[in-house]
Amino acid sequence: MPQNDYIELHRKRYGYRFDHFEKARKKEARKVHKDALVAKKLRGIKAKIYNKKRYTEKINLKKTIRAHEQKDVKTVNKIHDENGLPSYLLERNENQRTKVLTNLLKQKRKNKVGKWNLPIPKVQALNEAEMLRVVKSGKRKRKTWKRLIDKVSFVGNNFTRKNPKFERYIRPSSLRFKRANVYHSELKTTLALNIIAVKVNPQSNLYTHLGIITKGTVIEVDVSDLGLVTQSGKVIWGKFAQVTNNPELDGCINATLLV
Amino acid sequence: AGKLECSGVISAHCNLCLPRSSDSPASASQEDPLPLAFFVHDAEIVSSLGKTLESQAVETEKVLDIIYQPQAVFRVRAVTRCTSSLDGHSEAVISVAFSPTGKYLASGSGDTTVRFWDLSTETPHFTCKGHRHWVLSISWSPDGKKLASGCKNGQILLWDPSTGKQVGRTLAGHSKWITGLSWEPFHANPECRYVASSSKDGTVRIWDTTAGRCERILTGHTQSVTCLRWGGDGLLYSASQDRTIKVWRAHDGVLCRTLQGHSHWVNTMALSTDYALRTGAFEPAEASVNAQDLQGSLQELKERALSRYNLVRGQGPERLVSGSDDFTLFLWSPAEDKKPLTRMTGHQALINQVLFSPDSRVVASASFDKSIKLWDGRTGKYLASLRGHVAAVYQIAWSADSRLLVSGSSDSTLKVWDVKAPKLAMDLPGHADEVYAVDWSPDGQRVASGGKDKCLRIWRR
Repeated sequence: MPQNDYIELHRKRYGYRFDHFEKARKKEARKVHKDALVAKKLRGIKAKIYNKKRYTEKINLKKTIRAHEQKDVKTVNKIHDENGLPSYLLERNENQRTKVLTNLLKQKRKNKVGKWNLPIPKVQALNEAEMLRVVKSGKRKRKTWKRLIDKVSFVGNNFTRKNPKFERYIRPSSLRFKRANVYHSELKTTLALNIIAVKVNPQSNLYTHLGIITKGTVIEVDVSDLGLVTQSGKVIWGKFAQVTNNPELDGCINATLLV
Repeated sequence: AGKLECSGVISAHCNLCLPRSSDSPASASQEDPLPLAFFVHDAEIVSSLGKTLESQAVETEKVLDIIYQPQAVFRVRAVTRCTSSLDGHSEAVISVAFSPTGKYLASGSGDTTVRFWDLSTETPHFTCKGHRHWVLSISWSPDGKKLASGCKNGQILLWDPSTGKQVGRTLAGHSKWITGLSWEPFHANPECRYVASSSKDGTVRIWDTTAGRCERILTGHTQSVTCLRWGGDGLLYSASQDRTIKVWRAHDGVLCRTLQGHSHWVNTMALSTDYALRTGAFEPAEASVNAQDLQGSLQELKERALSRYNLVRGQGPERLVSGSDDFTLFLWSPAEDKKPLTRMTGHQALINQVLFSPDSRVVASASFDKSIKLWDGRTGKYLASLRGHVAAVYQIAWSADSRLLVSGSSDSTLKVWDVKAPKLAMDLPGHADEVYAVDWSPDGQRVASGGKDKCLRIWRR
């Protein structure tokens, strides 16, 4: 592994080996056989991972081959695939157009299905010791019924603590966040939006109720300045997003909007 | 407009009606009075003269000028519901236009067809195939007997609405797509023979539709011509992306004037007499529930069209308003001067469409900053802002009595605005995707809108 670009420098100064390109080509050709040999020899979990990777590659290869074949067979289309555009939109830049979202045909279909396509479908289960740290209290520091929440949490605007003497779950104010960086997959931008509520934490209902945000939590964010409108003409002001990082390690909440 | 002089304090009621001078011979003893609106120092008298004077803080010793303006006799009612959603196009609906009498409805689409729709049953009538690319603009001839449609390949076809067949030859000549079509006004030539087309290749061509060939080519613009208007005085106006507007003499193609002033592409233009030129000899006040073709000899219709045109035009020459990508509008008097009358600023994004009201008193401008602004049609003074849309406003259309405005936007809703008390009258959701084109029929009964969701919607009261 070169630590600096000595190889490039040598190549610039002295050029390639006389048989460099042929050797590279032949090595590529042999790679196919080598991969097959590796697949035969591997055992156990490594084999499973390796085979899964190969399978997806094979599927993609088949798709591209079929696409090429179809191109040869089909004649030139008379009617154009893209929707028409009026003349005032013909030369406008893409960024100007994608400031406004395509309206919600996809949304309607998704609603009919009733399921959300979550970007992170499964989440690593965390044990309680990680989430809740024991806090010793009492005159002899022997009572251990208090818990300190080690993860990031969200509390609403009108949150007031219970009496500290009786507070079982302590949410440190340093780990309380109000905003999330939400990535919109259609606009391909990240926006800093206010969090409205924590919808569901996949670890447990208790954490949802406490407002704890970990990786995979679904939160509701305020999207009023995106300018979305439903079919019946109402303006959308809240949408769900799923958290994609570990907020307590990064110091910020990154989420993907569920479109 | 006229002046009434009064001194001292009087209590007068607004919306006084003058009995119309009896020029119609078949009038009974009872005549429909002409509604008026009264203005003191540019403020309309809404409640009573006393209250308006207080709010204006007018001196009681000076002579007061009260200016009255006649309003349209008929009243168009706001559309409230979608009566039908017409599927048929297989791609987005790009342009929608009612014929000058409101009898026919035509729509052009990205699936390269032009469709005619039967308005009494709200069903498809004819599908006209012939174009080979998106139909970008359609324009009715002022007598309502022909429809010209221009496509992205630069070809213009003419259609007969009663049979749905192509009339005459394909007019080919432009090298790039057609951005606008404009017919010669009815009062200049009642046979509706000439049509002008503007294109991205920077030229304007005047076509003879009966002979099927290009009569004249007007070159001069260095970039795409975005908008074209054939004025009633024999002048042709073309706006272009090279930031200029050129004024041509229509009958010999000579360039009269170049209007410069904009600092970015000029997107759109409107003439003060646009509505009168569009409707020709049809008088919206005499519209009936079932729209009919115009009756009468060519000479009679020509006289009627000319009188309507002169009425809207008033004393001075035609006024032109242009909207641009530099977020401003200019008001010009192009027949007289190459300097603008006023510059109208205030928008915060590019202006997509400007339209004079049918009585040419108000200008409405639709912009990508989600608002519509109203300006005075004579002086260019700012009147009001109409806010409500949550995305760019693409197109607007006036009702025939100049009291209502409908706007279609990228947020898939249409909104009907009351212009007098400038506020929202009706919200019309229903489209599933962006609304690309709106039109209000000249008889005031229907609004048609089409957009990206491939479906044409008709709205009625």
